[in-house]
Amino acid sequence: MTQWSGYFGLIVQGAIVTIELTLMGSVLALIMAFLAGLGRLSRLFLLRALATAYIEFFRGTSIFVQLFFAYFVLPLIGLELTPLQAGVLALGLNVGAYAAEVVRGAVQSIGREQHEACIALNLGRWQGLRHVILPQAFLVMLPTFGNNAIELLKATSVVSLISLADLTFQAQVVRAQTGNTMVPFATILVIYFILALLISWGVRSLERRMARGLDGVRV
Amino acid sequence: MDWDWNFVWQIMPTLIQGVKITILATLLGSVLAAIVGLGIALARRSPNKALSRTVGWAAEFIRGTPLLVQLYFIFYVLPDIGILLPPLVAGVIGLGLHYGTYTAEVYRAGIENVPRGQWEAAKACNLSARQTWTHIIIPQAIPPMIPALANYFIAMFKETPLLSAITVLELMNQAKSVANTYYRYLEPITLVGAFFLAISLCSVVLLRWLERRYGKIER
Repeated sequence: MTQWSGYFGLIVQGAIVTIELTLMGSVLALIMAFLAGLGRLSRLFLLRALATAYIEFFRGTSIFVQLFFAYFVLPLIGLELTPLQAGVLALGLNVGAYAAEVVRGAVQSIGREQHEACIALNLGRWQGLRHVILPQAFLVMLPTFGNNAIELLKATSVVSLISLADLTFQAQVVRAQTGNTMVPFATILVIYFILALLISWGVRSLERRMARGLDGVRV
Repeated sequence: MDWDWNFVWQIMPTLIQGVKITILATLLGSVLAAIVGLGIALARRSPNKALSRTVGWAAEFIRGTPLLVQLYFIFYVLPDIGILLPPLVAGVIGLGLHYGTYTAEVYRAGIENVPRGQWEAAKACNLSARQTWTHIIIPQAIPPMIPALANYFIAMFKETPLLSAITVLELMNQAKSVANTYYRYLEPITLVGAFFLAISLCSVVLLRWLERRYGKIER
């Protein structure tokens, strides 16, 4: 009988790396999403073009290729990244591009009358965005952001291929050491699923909290 | 490190070979995903509660866990119970199953979008359940979902590099093997990115056309 307790420690270590990656990647993705999403709505052509190029590039190429690019090619131009940095960079930029479209769509979905009300109240463009449009748009974005975060969680498994010791990597280690494939892979599948459930549960409760002040405002 | 065009032309034939496998995997995976998705969507609508619950949970589980781990599972665990699959077949099954759970949602939305009156009219014309589906519901439900389905097929195309992890010799794997042979990463990985970007951009044009052609329901 195999001593599973020691191997379980490995899996837990992997889970911690996966959670770290997901959190840091999400933060970067969130920042990029707002920068690029609002950039696409900018009045300046240059900003719009930059944001569009970013979004199209990162949505058009595969996360896998971007990760390999960050890890293998960037060092050649003098940018040395640890696997963790490369992973966070690729995941954050990739998911950020998808989320940027969510930001744009949500901001555009806010009714014209809200924009007109901002003008009537003599709010500046930035003030109107900050105090009127974004608080409402954020609620629209939240469910899709939750989906994006789950996509990011699933994409973290790819970093195992650039030798970062996440869940998938540790499962391979356990498999190599015990010769048992079923147990490690079934275990990590369940762990990934639980993490995904946690994310969707967290987003849903956040949504309820945020919606509280807006009762009756949204139709 | 400098860009070397001679090296590019030297490795091009190998990469083209990889592109062929990538496209083949995407096409086969798309067909499988379309079938699996329809199966899941129909099972979830079934009046048999046990069936619809089980399928619903299974789909939720597959959607919440990473494709990479599922591919490992299919490729490494199934042989333990006597199912030995060639890498490409395992990859196509993984892609088809994973994206089938996504396309199932597209089918569900498409079917629910068929107006109630159509069901009632079918009943009034004394059509059997089978006739209702094949002659009334499916023909009306499919065209509006084509753009959404195509969207998932493009997403699947971008996930095919994962197949390199289970030793399918697709584009990414070919690039990695030439990179490891000549110890030059810049050109192969960049070219993989360029290939993906080019094919994705072409498919986006195709998608726009599909949206114009099928996106709106003719009334």
